[in-house]
Amino acid sequence: MKPSAFVHHAPRSVDEALALLAEYGHDGKVLAGGQSLIPILNMRLAAPGHLVDINRITGLDTVEITPDTVHIGALVRHAQLERHVEAFAHLPLLRQALVNVAHPVIRNRGTTVGSIAHADPSGEMPAVLALTSGYVDVASSRGTRTIAASDFFLGPLESALAEDEMATRASFGCFPAGTGMAFAESARRHGDYALAGVAAAVTVRDGVITSAHASFVSVTPTPDVLDLTDLLAGSEPGDCDWAAAAGLAREHVDPDTDIHASGEYRRMLVGVLTARVLAEAAATANLTALGA
Amino acid sequence: MSEIIVTDTEPLVQITLRVNDVVHTAAAPTRRLLSDFLRHELRLTGTHVGCEHGVCGACTVLVDGTPMRSCLMFAVSAQDHEITTVEGLVEAVVDAETGTVTPTMNPVQQAFIECHGLQCGFCTPGFLTTITAYLRENPDPTETEAREAISGNLCRCTGYQNIVKSVLRAAELQGLRAAKITRERGATA
Repeated sequence: MKPSAFVHHAPRSVDEALALLAEYGHDGKVLAGGQSLIPILNMRLAAPGHLVDINRITGLDTVEITPDTVHIGALVRHAQLERHVEAFAHLPLLRQALVNVAHPVIRNRGTTVGSIAHADPSGEMPAVLALTSGYVDVASSRGTRTIAASDFFLGPLESALAEDEMATRASFGCFPAGTGMAFAESARRHGDYALAGVAAAVTVRDGVITSAHASFVSVTPTPDVLDLTDLLAGSEPGDCDWAAAAGLAREHVDPDTDIHASGEYRRMLVGVLTARVLAEAAATANLTALGA
Repeated sequence: MSEIIVTDTEPLVQITLRVNDVVHTAAAPTRRLLSDFLRHELRLTGTHVGCEHGVCGACTVLVDGTPMRSCLMFAVSAQDHEITTVEGLVEAVVDAETGTVTPTMNPVQQAFIECHGLQCGFCTPGFLTTITAYLRENPDPTETEAREAISGNLCRCTGYQNIVKSVLRAAELQGLRAAKITRERGATA
């Protein structure tokens, strides 16, 4: 299991990286943390002729927080974001999901933006980006553009990034005050890909739910968002029809059968996990709303 | 019999790595994984290679003190960093009276010996590096935390019970050694 030969480029600036990507097009690939890319190269599922290793570019490893957004540079490692106290305070869902990304040692090297650019439906962070109505800043030698999460993920392992483009930053939206968040997934082995995972955000105002959303891991082709507001709005957090919400989630997803679990089993898991994370998010939201 | 001629036209690059406080330079193709560079070019065969896709943890080394999978890094990318392999975990213990320096097993290595934390030993280098880094940040883990700390390393002899014991014993040994150094510094001050 060794990668096939490639030319290694180590640009010192984003402009230099973009020039390389423009030159090599489909034969070039960005290498950041490499925790998804290098296994693919080792298994020869991909064999790009040129790797543009962005690890030596300075200024891409910053976490910036504005009142309503958490911005993550392309070289921020999962572990760095997981431990970021201010990011957790603004958007607890980041850490709630990150602790489920592979193992701690993989999170030391792997990057959050890389995980999003990889667009794996089994990835936790694409689901979080979708749920928070986030967006990705991308750059190429032709210019820059911003792509909303809803337009970024096109299919399994397929993003809207053109072959000469690089994702430079991912931005996660924060929820209004009184929002509780939760994340849960189930895997066959600790740190393995989830059979199914669910992220949820529930907003409570004046003792009743005003909005509720969920997004999914490993059970939808792209991380789309299920709006449960119509079903749950007006209910008190302690007295909701979680079973009905779980039913909508089971209908929403489209899980495949594979060696690890049947589609039917994954669909059942989605129901169980959805009810669990919604209840947890609603309980947290209620506490937040009460100022506890 | 026809002669087999192998022509390797793959270009090589000079790679300079700082490993266990020693600077090494060797020529290798850019696709050389850090794990293979350590083993093949530098002959540091303490780092073991299991799955080569980041699942088993056997190849874990410390990169600037942080555990990472050496099979999921290219040697060329590791050039700006300080690498510690299992060979570099040994500690230099200085005798307070005579000043003699004795190379000594680090607390994690010592604990693995005491608790029978290894059977065939294949996975051990990855456990040792992972646990050494973990205990620097979490010097007093509970048993549950010890289990979580080694969750990314596989032992196919399945000797996990004794590895968990080794983590807890290593924490104890690390504490005892730190206390001893503090006492000796106090005595000489």
